[in-house]
Amino acid sequence: MRRGKYPFIIGFLIVPVALYCTFVVAAYIQTFQLSLSNWSGLGPIEYVGFDNFTKLWHDELFWKSIRHNLFLLILLPIVTIILALVFAFLLNVGGGHKGGTTRGVWGSKIYRVIFFFPQLLALAIVAVIFGRVFGPDKSGMLNGLFPADWKPWLFLADERYAMLCILIVLIWQAVGFYVVLFSAGMGSIPAEIYEAAALDGATRITLFFRITIPLLWNTVQVAWVYLGIAAFDAFALVNIMTVDRGGPNGASSVLSLMIYRNAFEFSQAGYASALGVVLFFLTLTFAALTLRVTRRDSVEA
Amino acid sequence: MTDIFAKPELDRRTLLRRAAAVGLLATPAVGMLSACVGGGSDDSDSEQATGTKSADNPLGIDPKAGVEIVIFNGGLGTAYATDVDTPLFNKKWPDAKVTYSATEQISTVIQPRINAGNPPDMINNSGSNLMDFGAIVKAGQAADLTDLFAAPSLDIPGKTVAETLVPGAVEQGSYDGKPFAMNYSYTVFGLWYNKALFAKNNWTVPTTWAEFTALCDKIKAAGITPFGYAGANASYYMVRALLTSAGKIGTEQVLKDIDNLKEGAWQNDAIKQAAQAWGEIGNKYINKTFLGLKHTEVQLQQNQDKVAFYPCGSWLENEQAKDTPPGFEYAIAAYPSVTAADKLPAPAINAAAGEIYFAAAKGKNPAGGKEYLRTMLSKEAALGFTKLTKSLTVVAGASDGVTISPGLTSANDAVTKAGKDIFMGYLFDTWYKKLDDESRGAVNDLMFKGGDAQKFCDRMEKASQAVAKDSSVTKFTRS
Repeated sequence: MRRGKYPFIIGFLIVPVALYCTFVVAAYIQTFQLSLSNWSGLGPIEYVGFDNFTKLWHDELFWKSIRHNLFLLILLPIVTIILALVFAFLLNVGGGHKGGTTRGVWGSKIYRVIFFFPQLLALAIVAVIFGRVFGPDKSGMLNGLFPADWKPWLFLADERYAMLCILIVLIWQAVGFYVVLFSAGMGSIPAEIYEAAALDGATRITLFFRITIPLLWNTVQVAWVYLGIAAFDAFALVNIMTVDRGGPNGASSVLSLMIYRNAFEFSQAGYASALGVVLFFLTLTFAALTLRVTRRDSVEA
Repeated sequence: MTDIFAKPELDRRTLLRRAAAVGLLATPAVGMLSACVGGGSDDSDSEQATGTKSADNPLGIDPKAGVEIVIFNGGLGTAYATDVDTPLFNKKWPDAKVTYSATEQISTVIQPRINAGNPPDMINNSGSNLMDFGAIVKAGQAADLTDLFAAPSLDIPGKTVAETLVPGAVEQGSYDGKPFAMNYSYTVFGLWYNKALFAKNNWTVPTTWAEFTALCDKIKAAGITPFGYAGANASYYMVRALLTSAGKIGTEQVLKDIDNLKEGAWQNDAIKQAAQAWGEIGNKYINKTFLGLKHTEVQLQQNQDKVAFYPCGSWLENEQAKDTPPGFEYAIAAYPSVTAADKLPAPAINAAAGEIYFAAAKGKNPAGGKEYLRTMLSKEAALGFTKLTKSLTVVAGASDGVTISPGLTSANDAVTKAGKDIFMGYLFDTWYKKLDDESRGAVNDLMFKGGDAQKFCDRMEKASQAVAKDSSVTKFTRS
């Protein structure tokens, strides 16, 4: 058996590695190369050194977009994880324990399905639906629910709240998945631990903070990485929902949208590549930081 | 699900690494982008079909050679080609077989064929997936149409094709002075309103700014929003309104300076006055929630008589056809004169040719492709096109005296009334997308957030000069 081991492994790896090299690694190398050019997307390529990065440094919209991505990076994971944890706890353990098993609150099986619904909708559909929810006049769902004599809220058309609206939709869409993820994690926590704690007279709140959270910490960290990466994207929602895509006045612009518009609309493939390189390093830094933090925590689990 | 996470310690780090890899994948790989228009073989000239030039055959086509055409299947449909143009072409050339096909993805279908040296003879380059026509011209893939425009018209005796067209039609398809594109449809821009509503209320269409604001007051008193446009995705309609006013104040030269990125072009008094006047309209008469609405939503409100004036092009009537209630009669008004000293008279309008048709230079039968274009530019074909698509053509007066729809009649009248005071407008919005983007944001600020004309001019001037100094942007000029 041992003799055939390497051909066997290589046979499995060669296709995916080739695909990965062609469509990911090669494309990345090309992006780095293009970021040093002023290529328009058509015609000859001319190299301009680090001009694109200097331009980027002075680009107000770039800094705005970075701020918006950081806003999402901080708030999206925190809020989503907290909500998902609470819901997952209620669905699995919140009903207390009877006959030696812990249970969720009444009707938890139905809730679990309902929570997962948003995950089944394509992001584009979610964006269109929430475009109507946040409609700026009385035909918008929220404005329609407000008392008739209120001045309509502009939501996405208001520079102050546009990004918040995007955040809310991202959370709404993500929570369901993490409820299921955390539920699975909670399912793997031995029931005896809860039982023992309950015998000692622990309340539901104590159970949540002293038992569920620590034993679920690993799953939470996985969720954190996923959500962090989602925060670097947000392209579809911003592209479909916002005023003038990324507006008003760049109030909802994010890096991914900037890359898309520069590459495919403004014929500035070189500049778009430079933005792509920045996003690459941001994502890399985020992933590296998260991995570092995880290593330190591994004792706990 | 439980199984996957039952032993998290085993999987966690791999999972995190994988997650990180996914994140890297999510970074759009612009590197994948590698379109090329440059290709195409040069040796196909010898195989091209030609015939003997004569008075009856001014382009010298081979009467027996087939012609292949590709039509964009979009808002205009394809019936005009299959039911009007091709039968008309075959009436004159019964032995030339026309091979027809239609697509919604012009670039995807045509670009590879151009690069392979096997393009169709006549192509309708249109839609969201259209090819960059400047690049096609540069690559020598579009046939020079000089002889087409100099040829006699098919059914208007005593005139060349060029002479039968509206002013600016040839110019708009010219690159460095040579015509390569036939822009066929003709769009008239102005203020659209419901003629029936205006008649009912005894409102008359304003020609001066004082009349305009006085009427807006009356309309507002009647509980209707006097003026509106959709800020979320159609603010460029408003840019066009503002710049049309500027053009009327100071002639088209103002707009040419903008296109040529001339320093101080946006600080021109004409632009400032126009911005000032429109900013006040925004302050007083617009519905502020329109900033967050899309064009269809505002257009629907106009159909419901909740909005009186809407700045748009003549496609509006056809676009709204299914939402327009009976009794609603679209009509267009030229933008009122801003000052008494406007250099162009009140009926002056902005109208532009659009929708590119071109003959491939390196196809099998370029002369046939051009002859097909000549057929399209006949009066009969133009009228057929207008009837089928509710859209005017560049063939001047082709639909005069024919009633097709109220909006179209109104647009046609506006063109007649304007006479020689029709200007093509500006091209910076297609030349410099980034500047176009900035103008949309700036006009939204002007109209919805305080109407500060100087701020509008400063912001646009800054953006325009940034484009002018950016070496990575290909520059164009016009005169």
